[in-house]
Amino acid sequence: MTGYLVRRVGQAIAVVIGVMIVTFILIHMEPGSAARAALGAKATTGRIAIFNRAYGLNQPLWDQFGTYVRQIFEGNLGYSYTQQQPVSTLIEQRLPRDIVLLGTSTVLAVLIAIPMGIFQAVRRNKATDFTLTGVSFTLYAMPDYLLALLLIALFAVQFHWLPPNVPSTTSVGGLLADPKALVLPVITLTLVSVASFSRYQRSSAIEVLAQEYIRVARSKGMPSRLILLRHVLRNSMLPVVTLIGLTIPSIIGGAVIAEEVFNFPGMGLLFFQAATMHDFPILLGSTLFVGVATVAGSLLADIAYAALDPRVRYGRT
Amino acid sequence: MAVREPGAGALAVPGPDEPAGSPAPEVAAARGSWRLMLATFAENPLALAGVGLVVLIVAFCFIGPLLYKTNQVTVNLNINNIRPGGKYPLGTDNDGFNVLGRLMVGGQSSLELGFAVSIATSVIGTLYGAIAGLAGGLVDAVMMRIVDTFLALPTLVLLLILVNVFPPSLWVIILLITALSWLSVARLVRGEVLTLREREYVQAVRAMGGSSWRIVTRHLIPNSVGVIIVNATFTIADAILYLSALSFLGLGPPPPEVDWGGMLSNGLDFLFDGYWWLVYPAAIILILTVVAFNLIGDAIRDSLDVRLQRR
Repeated sequence: MTGYLVRRVGQAIAVVIGVMIVTFILIHMEPGSAARAALGAKATTGRIAIFNRAYGLNQPLWDQFGTYVRQIFEGNLGYSYTQQQPVSTLIEQRLPRDIVLLGTSTVLAVLIAIPMGIFQAVRRNKATDFTLTGVSFTLYAMPDYLLALLLIALFAVQFHWLPPNVPSTTSVGGLLADPKALVLPVITLTLVSVASFSRYQRSSAIEVLAQEYIRVARSKGMPSRLILLRHVLRNSMLPVVTLIGLTIPSIIGGAVIAEEVFNFPGMGLLFFQAATMHDFPILLGSTLFVGVATVAGSLLADIAYAALDPRVRYGRT
Repeated sequence: MAVREPGAGALAVPGPDEPAGSPAPEVAAARGSWRLMLATFAENPLALAGVGLVVLIVAFCFIGPLLYKTNQVTVNLNINNIRPGGKYPLGTDNDGFNVLGRLMVGGQSSLELGFAVSIATSVIGTLYGAIAGLAGGLVDAVMMRIVDTFLALPTLVLLLILVNVFPPSLWVIILLITALSWLSVARLVRGEVLTLREREYVQAVRAMGGSSWRIVTRHLIPNSVGVIIVNATFTIADAILYLSALSFLGLGPPPPEVDWGGMLSNGLDFLFDGYWWLVYPAAIILILTVVAFNLIGDAIRDSLDVRLQRR
């Protein structure tokens, strides 16, 4: 276990370094240059040279990477020239709202998908299984923005039940005090995640249902409900829950689209606006942030898995 | 969209050390199990529905325009937003393009992108994964950390950054999506290779002096071809969705290039004007296509897993 932990943490550190290298390379792929982005297209060569010297952009790449890494550890993720604010401040403002939005929808998705997948596995290849499979395939195949807009068309425009978007100045407290604006974005992201989580859960439960110990439990006369709760649920949800750590990147990808449609003032919208305005510091600062969060998330999931599952004995891989 | 990140649905759920492949006896009867696989696939009604749909959609997009010629290049505002019926079975869009004809042409971009990305990612990912798995040790560790790095970053987010760097055309987008999508294949194939290379028959080849290249091309790749194909079908579906997301965000290929996602997001601007024919035809064909490829992938995976057949 200790050996596994050490190796797993080592891998995580290697991946974090990899993420920093990728964002560093992308910074240098910015069309034009950082100096032009900051000073505007009319900047003279002299001023550009002064800017480059001031920010160390004339030093060898290796030294620049060292500076970059040091700045990250100081919490400096760059400065957005279009928003006139440090990227870390922008992330700090928006992250809590995203934790509310993405946290709620992911938890809801898990709560729906796990029973749904087990139910499908039990009814495997029966009419109900086919129907639910059809529903989750359709949801999976439906572009997020289409789902979001159809929900708006139905609940906001047709019935006037829910507001179609979120006031952009809302703080987290405001969001929670008036959660109506949250409903449609949460439903959108939940449905998208349910579609894939339930597929995983279904396969995992089918796998478990075929194990010997299920047959043993059945033959000793254990009631089906207890078998499902004690054996199938526990054993089949573990791999699915750990998998969620790995889906953080795609949850963020979905958030970019959902936040754009609902005008939800989170990191996704920040990112999308930065992409249309070519604001590289925001793009790369938030990418770095998400990358590190993902690595940390899957590291925690793996450690929890190793600690919780007595069957797992990690040797050399 | 594309929440199915690791291994695109090919559920290698068992813990890291459990062999994901099937137990030994089936390997000996390789040819028999292929036939069994084909038979199980053909018995699955959803799989056949998927194949049927793909054939129909491909014919619609690539043969359709030969029979049903429409102008999809020049804008004609005199005939825009015409309701379906008569000369225009699905009406015309905001620029006066015939929607039925545009579905065919737009489908060509979406499908070409899907197939191109799928083939390219399969080849790159397979070679990368096989090399990493066979090399082992430090080489493997470094190669897999590179894969982990890119898997930790959201694909859509990286795509949005990269279309800022490279002006998007269909081919650039194909390259970019490929560059970000081969990772899961590489992981899957490496996993397969790690279990396969310990098998007796591979050891036997080595003992008889067979080269690594021979082991890879004659034994490891043919035996992992199942997971590769499953992943390839899911990749087609995901790539089509990525393109549609890019088009929706206004960062897709510029006109006159068109894809279903572009048509759909263009039509969604008129969702509240009652121009339903600008939304639903594109939405339905896009969803049907993605569902069809997912059904096929799912069915192949089910029939590959011979263990399930014995239950």
